[in-house]
Amino acid sequence: MKMTGAQILCESLVKEGVEVIFGFPGGAMLPLYDVFPHYPKLRHILVRHEQGAAHAADGYARAARRVGVCMSTSGPGATNLVTGIANAQLDSVPMVAITGQVARPFIGKDAFQEVDTTGITLPITKHNYLVLDVSSLAEIVKEAFHLALTGRPGPVLIDIPKDILTDRAEFHYPSRVKLSGYRPTLEGHPSQIKKAAKLIAEAHQPLIIAGQGVLISRAEAELKQLAETAQIPVVTTLLGIGCFPQTHVLSFGMLGMHGMAYANMAVDASDVIMAIGMRFDDRATAKVSAFAPHAKIIHIDIDPAEIGKNVRADVPIVGDVKRVLGALNKLTLPVEHIDWIRQLDDWRKEHPLLVKESDKLLPQFVIQQIAEVTHGEAIMVTGVGQNQMWTAQYYCYDKPNSLISSGGLGTMGFELPGAIGAKIGCPDRTVWSIAGDGGFQMTIQELATVAQEPVAIKIAILNNGYLGMVRQWQELFYKRRYVATPLSSPDFVKVAEAYGIPALRVKHKSEVLPAIKQAMAESGPFLIDFMIEPEENVFPMVTPGASLAELIEEPGKEEAIWRQ
Amino acid sequence: MATMKHTLVALVENKPGVLNRMVSLFRRRGFNIESIAVGVSELSHLSRVTIVVNGAATMVEQVRKQLDKVVDVVKVSDVTAEDTVARELALIKVKATASTRSEIIQVVDIFRAKIVDVAADSVIIEVTGDDDKINSLFNLLRGFGIREMSRTGQIAMTRGGTGMSPVKERLSRSPEQGSQLKSQ
Repeated sequence: MKMTGAQILCESLVKEGVEVIFGFPGGAMLPLYDVFPHYPKLRHILVRHEQGAAHAADGYARAARRVGVCMSTSGPGATNLVTGIANAQLDSVPMVAITGQVARPFIGKDAFQEVDTTGITLPITKHNYLVLDVSSLAEIVKEAFHLALTGRPGPVLIDIPKDILTDRAEFHYPSRVKLSGYRPTLEGHPSQIKKAAKLIAEAHQPLIIAGQGVLISRAEAELKQLAETAQIPVVTTLLGIGCFPQTHVLSFGMLGMHGMAYANMAVDASDVIMAIGMRFDDRATAKVSAFAPHAKIIHIDIDPAEIGKNVRADVPIVGDVKRVLGALNKLTLPVEHIDWIRQLDDWRKEHPLLVKESDKLLPQFVIQQIAEVTHGEAIMVTGVGQNQMWTAQYYCYDKPNSLISSGGLGTMGFELPGAIGAKIGCPDRTVWSIAGDGGFQMTIQELATVAQEPVAIKIAILNNGYLGMVRQWQELFYKRRYVATPLSSPDFVKVAEAYGIPALRVKHKSEVLPAIKQAMAESGPFLIDFMIEPEENVFPMVTPGASLAELIEEPGKEEAIWRQ
Repeated sequence: MATMKHTLVALVENKPGVLNRMVSLFRRRGFNIESIAVGVSELSHLSRVTIVVNGAATMVEQVRKQLDKVVDVVKVSDVTAEDTVARELALIKVKATASTRSEIIQVVDIFRAKIVDVAADSVIIEVTGDDDKINSLFNLLRGFGIREMSRTGQIAMTRGGTGMSPVKERLSRSPEQGSQLKSQ
């Protein structure tokens, strides 16, 4: 039986097991929205801005470990998706974005709401398609989901002209894809794995840097086995947080610009580094020429283009982390590194990451209290900037996929739609959206989505009246010239209430715990506006251009030596 | 960083937008493409592309790896260091009068080029060869007055062996070998 393009698309989405679509309709998508009522398995969540749809699909994908689907109409709908698509590309998030397009006879004529969507998204997608024949639609959807989820995941966009949605074709969903140019390498090369095992066996001060690749590959168990067998301490990247339990004796926190001092010292002192499913981002390595000066580097990544891109690898292994570690574990014999681990423990004691004793309302204290109340089991979805770093530093992550954050692109405004997606993807887990007062206003309209569904997320605004991280840089590197960073915000409590979301303002330290408990007691969404210490900074910090070894811990405000 | 001329040969799906996906990876990194030549390969659904760029070896290698990730790119190699046959075709229109025509024909013969059009005041010369040969001929013809030149851009093929045929390629390349490891 022949079906319309709109029906073929819905049937294909059902075949792919799609349950949720984050979207916003429009003229070019009307034929598709018209058939949605016939597909009750496809739950459509109406966002208030397409950027929210892409971020929600992103949060959904990371929390549920499935492909996130977002949808928009042509023209401005598609351009509004762009930031969210780029975010997914930089953080390797599996996503399928479906955009409407003007009907085929209008393409290239600057028609109403026409943009070159595949052209615009070409450098920020893993692949994209412009559908020009309805009989190819099912095959394209199949390929898109395959590409999004396999190899190094990423966003795939399908641009569908309006007349394709009404054209008819037979529906046959292909059982497999034919992509001769796409064959991700999954198994690591055996001789390289042998070399890695030898290097590990000979190491005196080995260290694992675990990245998001461990989570994507679901290799937490293999990582744990390797670390325990060969007694290798583990630090993670920002997006790798949660891939190794932070309560484990071999866990030494996060490395990088705002990483723990002891994590960065470990990298600096190590003689063999295993970089697993990470890409040596500049925020993780700091000054790249001084990165891990004493270490031989084993680099495991599924993307061959990441090998040797930023940091030279002595033993490169291209492959899927789970399979490579599985093979490596068979060759790894138990060893002890008692002195090395004692050294790291000493560094941790000497340079701990503590919440300062203070009567002030400090953001670190807020995050720590949320960790206490949620027993470290919540999904934390952050914005970008100080709120993000404090959440990464002061929450305790024991479970995989517990920190969802815009790492590569650094997209302010990710926190609210990202949390909506995470909660819909993992309805049984508590989801906290941690926002700054700056970023929150970039996607604040999604409070309406939260209220309409409703989505039972808890929102904490760390409100300091500044674009905090930019202000911190102005304080430290621009002699405290606060240009365009002081921020006046609306009354967030009233705003939340206007959307029908209960909310509370917290001004004093003593109110923090009761407020968090009240939010948790509420069955639906809840917002807390924490009026935190305005000029609190994120420390430790590796200043731009410095190496990880030159990390600065909390200086007294009067110590202005390095404020030049 | 020292730059040098690199020749990349790619086998790609014959689909709209493939070239755009490829060249945008060079554009993003500020490479100026010296030449690019595209045409159908021995298989009608695949095209072969030869790209000549100037760049530092590490940067070109990074672009090559990124090209390899483009879904519609089946295979891409940097053949700069390999033994290759590289050819380009040029059409050169030269001012020619009754008094200079015979001299031009002599030069053309020396280069085993051809005169493919004769007009009252000019001739069009077709020449095939590598970059050096075409440049030498061009320089010699300058004295007569060059009206126009158009070049196809270089195409290249490795000598002997299996080459880059996708059929053999599939047989010779085991799935667990990444191109990264093969090149080491």
